Amino acid sequence: MKIFKGRFFQNLIMWVNGDTEHFLPPADTKMMESPKVPSVTQTLRPLPTKDEVFLGSFTGLSIFLVIGLVSILLLTTYNLPLFGDPDNPVVNEVIKRYVEKGVEETGAINVVAGMILDYRAFDTLGEASVLLLAGTSVMMLLLKDIKNTDPEDDQIAAYEMEIEERNRDLILQKITMILLPAIILYGIYVVINGHLSPGGGFSGGAILGAGLILYASAFGTNEVRKIFTMKTFKILTTSALMTYAICKTYVFLLGANGIDTRIPLGTPGAIFSSGLIFVLDVCVGIIVACTMYGFYSIFTTGEI
Amino acid sequence: MNNLLKTMINDRFMIAAVLLFGFGFMNLLLQKNLIRKIISFNIMESSIFLFLASQGYINGRIAPIIVDGILDADVYINPIPSGLVLTGIVVSVSVTAFFLALTVRLYNIYKTVDFDEIMLLVNKEAE
Repeated sequence: MKIFKGRFFQNLIMWVNGDTEHFLPPADTKMMESPKVPSVTQTLRPLPTKDEVFLGSFTGLSIFLVIGLVSILLLTTYNLPLFGDPDNPVVNEVIKRYVEKGVEETGAINVVAGMILDYRAFDTLGEASVLLLAGTSVMMLLLKDIKNTDPEDDQIAAYEMEIEERNRDLILQKITMILLPAIILYGIYVVINGHLSPGGGFSGGAILGAGLILYASAFGTNEVRKIFTMKTFKILTTSALMTYAICKTYVFLLGANGIDTRIPLGTPGAIFSSGLIFVLDVCVGIIVACTMYGFYSIFTTGEI
Repeated sequence: MNNLLKTMINDRFMIAAVLLFGFGFMNLLLQKNLIRKIISFNIMESSIFLFLASQGYINGRIAPIIVDGILDADVYINPIPSGLVLTGIVVSVSVTAFFLALTVRLYNIYKTVDFDEIMLLVNKEAE
């Protein structure tokens, strides 16, 4: 039996004979040599749970989904009418009517303003209502009232307010004092020129709201509260929305019954022209400005 | 091939809108931070506004504000998508404000804006 003289075969024979202790090293040397080698059960990862399987496949699935969606949409854009083509199906008789009869019927030079505040004024009323509704729901969630107060949070807020009051930025204040009149004036200009130039209630209102936000961030919300409080907010937004609704109700009731509304349209291009569009633009501007500042104020301090 | 390239260059705004939409959607699905999710939602909205505005444009025409009393429909671009984009922007602002308010409430309760951590905490509470 010369061939079984190797170490391997000797070990094999011993293993077959059941002499397993031969393979195990002495107990103390093992402890000294590799005390940090983890056992087999520790190195094996535990089986992934159902949630982990989902999360692992989620990334791949979402990438796959997005790539599929984008390729479908790209294929669709390839088959859509060409960009900027005058013969597109969207350029139809509606636009012709709006452009050719718009000035005569609405009195607004800006066809978009005439469209959204006269032909489609109902849509814009809903839009202003959506904005007011968003403001209301943000207030419901974040306004500090009896149920939504936490003494700890109040302490932190008071501490932050104290630091803020002490560290008012002088540069920001001086720049604000120079810029604010121009911003407010420009906002008013954009609002009341809505029927003559690009702009209108929404963009002008956003500029006015931005001016108020700049003032609040430079001098603190307490300064703004001297002129703009919760009461002002409520009165301005609701009365503007009510004015809008009453004006359009009047026009719809009379116009639907074929009666002349007797609202002078004025000369197109003059500042006091285009009948109700001027009033509606101012209403929308007031709503947007109040809501924009309301968002800022509620998010920073929890009250207006 | 040449035709495809020509179409792609001509429709660049639509393609950019689609790519932006995909970018925003991917981030909306994969980001864990709620604020980043809201930002990616805004990117998706902006891509739709870009698409709508590009649909209203007609080559060589000017913005629909009547100048010099020219009442010809062949001079001005399509005013309807502009109005629709205006509506969309207002709704997008409202929705963003509502999302952010909900995020503030979630942060007040769980002290984190990480969506996975919030779900873990919710599951722990349920058990």
